[in-house]
Amino acid sequence: MGILVDHISKRFGDFVAVDDVGFTVEAGELVALLGPSGSGKSTILRIIAGLETPDRGEIFLTGRDVTSLSIQKRKVGFVFQHYALFKHMSVEKNIAFGLEIQKQNKDYVRDKVNELINLVKLKGYEKQYPDQLSGGQRQRVALARALATEPKVLLLDEPFGALDAKVRDNLAQWLREFHHKLNITSIFVTHDQNEAIEISDKIVVINRGRVEQFGDARSVYEHPDSKFVASFIGQVNVVDAVARDRELYIKDTAFRIENRTGEPLRDGDVVLLVRPEDVELTAESGKDAVPVEINRIHYRGSHYEIDCAVGGIELHVSENKNNFQRQQWRQHQRVFAGFKNYRVFEAEEGHHRIHEKLKELGYIE
Amino acid sequence: MVLRGLSFFYVGLLIILPILAISAEALKGGFPNLWTNITAPAALASLKLTFLTAFMMVILNVITGTATAWVLVRYEFPFKNLMNALIDLPFAIPTVVTGIMLVALYGPNSPVGGFMEKKGIDIIFARPGIIMALLYVSFPFVVRAVQPVLQEMDKDMEEAAKTLGARPFTIFRRIVLPTLLPAVLTGAALSFSRAIGEFGSIAIVSGNIPFKTQVASVYVYGELESYNPQGALGLSVVLLLCSLLILIFLNRLQVWSRKHAAA
Amino acid sequence: MQRHDEIPSAGAVKVVRKPNGLGKNLITAAVIGWFLVMILVPVIGIVKQAFGSGWKPFISSLLTSATGHSFILTLAITAAAVVLNTFFGVILALTLVNQRFPGKLLFEGLVDLPFAVSPVVAGFMFIILFGPKGWMGQWFEAGGVKIVYAVPGMLIATLFVTLPFVAREIIPVLREFGLEQQEAAYILGASRWRTFWRVTLPSIRWGLAYGVTLTIARAIGEFGAVLVVSGSIINKTQTATLHIHQEFTDFNYVGAFSAAIILALLSFVILTAMQRLNRRKGV
Repeated sequence: MGILVDHISKRFGDFVAVDDVGFTVEAGELVALLGPSGSGKSTILRIIAGLETPDRGEIFLTGRDVTSLSIQKRKVGFVFQHYALFKHMSVEKNIAFGLEIQKQNKDYVRDKVNELINLVKLKGYEKQYPDQLSGGQRQRVALARALATEPKVLLLDEPFGALDAKVRDNLAQWLREFHHKLNITSIFVTHDQNEAIEISDKIVVINRGRVEQFGDARSVYEHPDSKFVASFIGQVNVVDAVARDRELYIKDTAFRIENRTGEPLRDGDVVLLVRPEDVELTAESGKDAVPVEINRIHYRGSHYEIDCAVGGIELHVSENKNNFQRQQWRQHQRVFAGFKNYRVFEAEEGHHRIHEKLKELGYIE
Repeated sequence: MVLRGLSFFYVGLLIILPILAISAEALKGGFPNLWTNITAPAALASLKLTFLTAFMMVILNVITGTATAWVLVRYEFPFKNLMNALIDLPFAIPTVVTGIMLVALYGPNSPVGGFMEKKGIDIIFARPGIIMALLYVSFPFVVRAVQPVLQEMDKDMEEAAKTLGARPFTIFRRIVLPTLLPAVLTGAALSFSRAIGEFGSIAIVSGNIPFKTQVASVYVYGELESYNPQGALGLSVVLLLCSLLILIFLNRLQVWSRKHAAA
Repeated sequence: MQRHDEIPSAGAVKVVRKPNGLGKNLITAAVIGWFLVMILVPVIGIVKQAFGSGWKPFISSLLTSATGHSFILTLAITAAAVVLNTFFGVILALTLVNQRFPGKLLFEGLVDLPFAVSPVVAGFMFIILFGPKGWMGQWFEAGGVKIVYAVPGMLIATLFVTLPFVAREIIPVLREFGLEQQEAAYILGASRWRTFWRVTLPSIRWGLAYGVTLTIARAIGEFGAVLVVSGSIINKTQTATLHIHQEFTDFNYVGAFSAAIILALLSFVILTAMQRLNRRKGV
């Protein structure tokens, strides 16, 4: 009973902004619409909200066909990239606006506003005006305002786009926890893959108005359906493993390597992260070397990208030109992969912790 | 500093000195004299008429000017660019020509004027004519003050209001108007200032009937023509003070709106 | 994975259409109507009345000496006002933008004063100042020079009402672009004079032209101040606007209307120039 986007298309003049897009959001899910600038993701969001009308297609919100319903009647909560706070109204008046439109009585409005102010941790700022607040505070007001009318659906358009990196991180985290608490069906638009992976349940990857891939963060990240997804999401090898004693058993295979990261681990499911350039291919077997088969070789000028596979796991290896020419790897060759430098995380930590660490390590921006 | 000297000389000679001269002249006769001048029945009546007609015109101008700016910025229609250019016409036309045009169109000899006269409504040589003339010469003020603000306005806020359930009129009332308020007030103040001082068009259109259609500026002129400068001083001082107050108001308005421009 | 695989084919997909707003059209129509009636129709009305008695009276009223003289006087005063106020307007702008001195804000406000003052009061001020018994007038009187009730007084009154235009148009342009360019020129070794001619002036030229156009329009149209100061002596101290007033009060309507049309035509030309320059100047 969440959101159904069904065969939506929209063009502006000659420009096709949205091309036959469809996906679902289950009730209570937080889904990211991820894509580069100009990919049409904001347009899709605005169509769901009713701020644009599609040329073709339908939108269903909580089971109702809202395609021909006006914006006012759709009862969605919308958070704009630049907040769109009412500059001439105080924080509490901003938040109260939707409730006043609904003609709620004064006490109800007052209580609801207080509840939301506390929820977004802006106690004490009720009477301030937008120009007196920081970017992060304004964003929280925008969120509170959107939630005041208890919409069934929450839409956020690049909510953190206008903020500093640090503030953005904190706010993204906070949004995730917030969403856990409220469990409101939500879609947010972003061009930042980290954000998407960090806080969403599922990701819809959009490029040039079309859906490139749709799935949970893990599958989008590890099993990109297309070159676009792969390159947009970034190159890190994510390897499932099981930790036992001091060894890591590569899942679905019989191979194991010694845990040399120096990080103590409990036995159980883990995730191993290794950069393409940190995978070393050798012709001979050695300690902690995993046998792999070379699937494809890509020439990249200064280096080669080698796609290998072991069991069901794909490994992307990056090898510099000189090395490669010395080794002369060939397609379908069976070689051995050693992980020179890698990090291991307990799988239970959850996606957002993984990617926090990834950022720290400089694996991804 | 040559530049500064020249500037002081020019402004001093043309602006400061005349103001000082008339102030001194007014004070020379003493306050009681001035007061008698201002409260002479005809003078007082002309002041009342001046403010009344100016006020009514400003109300009309605010409504029509804002609507015009809205239509010009938000909608498309044929000849829009032409109309936009013609908005400034009242600024380019001499005030007497405005007066003449209105007489030609609404005077007792014209189709419209003659028709209205039979119904017992006088336009020219009566108050409606005055208000029309004032409206004509001040029309661009509100439009041109509001237009740029409307143009720069973030559509975001209106969209946000829509998602919160507000209908178009509510959005206009609670979101757009408050944002436009400083600009509207500026246009209103400029119109008012123009109106209380307007002379050329009124001289032609009003018929200068004391107590009925004589505005302050025309009264002053009358006194001067009758070689009674003393009589003219009182109202002149009142008008000057009003001008100064309006200028200060406009200045404060600008400062205030610049402060709240952020966010 | 992708949901749209399971959705029926394109044939069953709805096409969405948006209805036209009735409110929009009403407001637009109302505004256009108001504009036509208020602003445009009077201009047409005046054409009708001027030619009401035919071509001949129209032409002959224009060819009287009073008409000719008044138009020439208007042109002369306008030209002089433009030259003087452009010169001093630039100087004022440069002073206000480049320099700091106590009371600068007040000074800048004073430049705006002529906008707010009623024309008759302005004329009155100059009579007090330059009349035969006036503060400055008495000296001129002693020297046998008439200021009021003569052309010099009319020029001064016109200078007063047109003073702000050029300065106000240039100041924002200078503030936004002029300073940096000036500094760059100085650093490169250009003298003040040279910088002014080759850097500052070109950067303000469109704003300047627009201000000049406004000055011309105002000077041609000026009535109240000039009426008071000049005494409106036919063939001596009447400008075009004063002439129109004279004709009107003499019930010579054809004369009034025909002269008015000429001025109206002139206004249209000026308006066009205003529009073009407004666009050029950007800011």
